[in-house]
Amino acid sequence: MAKRIDTSGLDVFYGDFKAVEDVSLTVEPRSVTAFIGPSGCGKSTLLRTFNRMHEVVPGGRVAGKVLLDDEDLYAEGVDPVAVRRTVGMVFQRPNPFPTMSIYDNVASGLRLNGVKGRTLLDETVEQSLRRANLWEEVKDRLNKAGSGLSGGQQQRLCIARAIAVEPQVLLMDEPCSALDPISTLAIEDLIFELKNRYTIVIVTHNMQQAARVSDRTAFFTIAGAGKPGRLIEIGDTAEMFSRPSERATEDYITGRFG
Amino acid sequence: MRGAGLAVVLLVALVGIFLTWKAVPSLLHNKAPFLTSRVWSPDTNPPRFGIAALLWTTVISSIVAMLLAVPVAVGVALFITQYAPKRLATPVAYVVDLLAAVPSIIFGLWGIAVLGPVLAAPNSGLRQGIENSLGWIPLFSSTGVSAGNVFLASIVLAIMILPIVTALSREVFLQVPRANIEAAQALGATKWETIRMAVLPFGRPGVISASMLGLGRALGETIAVTIILSTPNIGAPFDPSLWAGGETFASKIANAAGEFDTPQKTGAYISAGLVLFVVTFAVNAVARVVISRRKEV
Repeated sequence: MAKRIDTSGLDVFYGDFKAVEDVSLTVEPRSVTAFIGPSGCGKSTLLRTFNRMHEVVPGGRVAGKVLLDDEDLYAEGVDPVAVRRTVGMVFQRPNPFPTMSIYDNVASGLRLNGVKGRTLLDETVEQSLRRANLWEEVKDRLNKAGSGLSGGQQQRLCIARAIAVEPQVLLMDEPCSALDPISTLAIEDLIFELKNRYTIVIVTHNMQQAARVSDRTAFFTIAGAGKPGRLIEIGDTAEMFSRPSERATEDYITGRFG
Repeated sequence: MRGAGLAVVLLVALVGIFLTWKAVPSLLHNKAPFLTSRVWSPDTNPPRFGIAALLWTTVISSIVAMLLAVPVAVGVALFITQYAPKRLATPVAYVVDLLAAVPSIIFGLWGIAVLGPVLAAPNSGLRQGIENSLGWIPLFSSTGVSAGNVFLASIVLAIMILPIVTALSREVFLQVPRANIEAAQALGATKWETIRMAVLPFGRPGVISASMLGLGRALGETIAVTIILSTPNIGAPFDPSLWAGGETFASKIANAAGEFDTPQKTGAYISAGLVLFVVTFAVNAVARVVISRRKEV
């Protein structure tokens, strides 16, 4: 179920603008990999190439390869819609469908995949909400609107929605940046549990968070405005935060820049 | 701002009071049941007049117009906002907006001169199709086809309300938060699935209010309907069919406007106008209720 991601020589463009240059890295299955780096370094852009969401912006395209296990996500004939059904994503701001109930939000991905049986839907919704540590809080109001929940609950609802379809990879784009510390802690605990089942990539601006939740960390930076983002190094989180091998990484994580 | 709001409310109230004031004396003399009668002889002594036929034709022509216009308008709005590349979306939106600038008399003329003969032709495929499948319902029965039939008026009304419904739908579709759309896309929704999951639910209250506004305009539209609809002969039995002629509140009043010679007669027409006023008001009120209920969910 959980799959490995390999990129080699990956460039990402928006129109003529090169946002990310020459990234080669491996994301291990059943682990958490954090992408850190200053704003504009292309970490979110890179994340979006893993489910081809960068293509929803006109002109978004890549050169190079992204492999999910041995499958090239950008091979000819690969449908981006199909890619997104196997690679789930959680966004910066919680975005439950505002007109849908809590239940329907979690079931939405399943329904897209053609699941109709009420029992199967009920079971999967409950299981997903349990895995997202939200079941106890919402089990009595599954038919209420998802937008009535608190920000942290909404984000866990979005996580439940993403994992309901059993994705192979879960991408998280600064999932806690709009949340208070208590909600952030709840999400971080959740990430820790989820990594047993999924390959997780998390973009974060919060270095303590990267240190807390991730097994491996990748550091990105840009040489200047208008220049493409580059991968500086990727390695064991513990290693990276105690003995970074690059000067730029050390400067960033110790707060000297960025 | 508050003063302007109060002024509008006051103005509407004054219109209602004026209509009621002028209508009451005639209504008191009226010897026919006003709401349920189909006779219209306001200048006999005592006067006898009722609005049943007017109400039927007004409401049915406007509802059919709305049912024809809204799907097209939503489709065009979705095309403009979701599918078309910008260089195509802008001119299409412009052309639809331009429809609103065409004077209603021109639509009326086009209806009579171009569309009417096609629709009423004995070999009209559309009419025969409707007759064969739905002819057993009086509304669709085409036993007596009038050249200026209600269906023709409905189609012309539909074209007339298309721009406003399209423009308002387009506005709400453009306001769908990017986050909602991305949520659907990230789940692996196709373009159409994204529209069904994120765009349409978000836009529904707006589309409903747009439709109601269109309906309100169709109810009150006067000149195009007046010149299109064939007035039934006095004393002819009432035909509820879309293929029959008829009169709406607005066309009835407009047709008679040259002959308002006595206060009693004028009062009869004003009481018909009052009903139109109330119906239009009710339509807008219903739209509000639908929208606010939607928000609470």
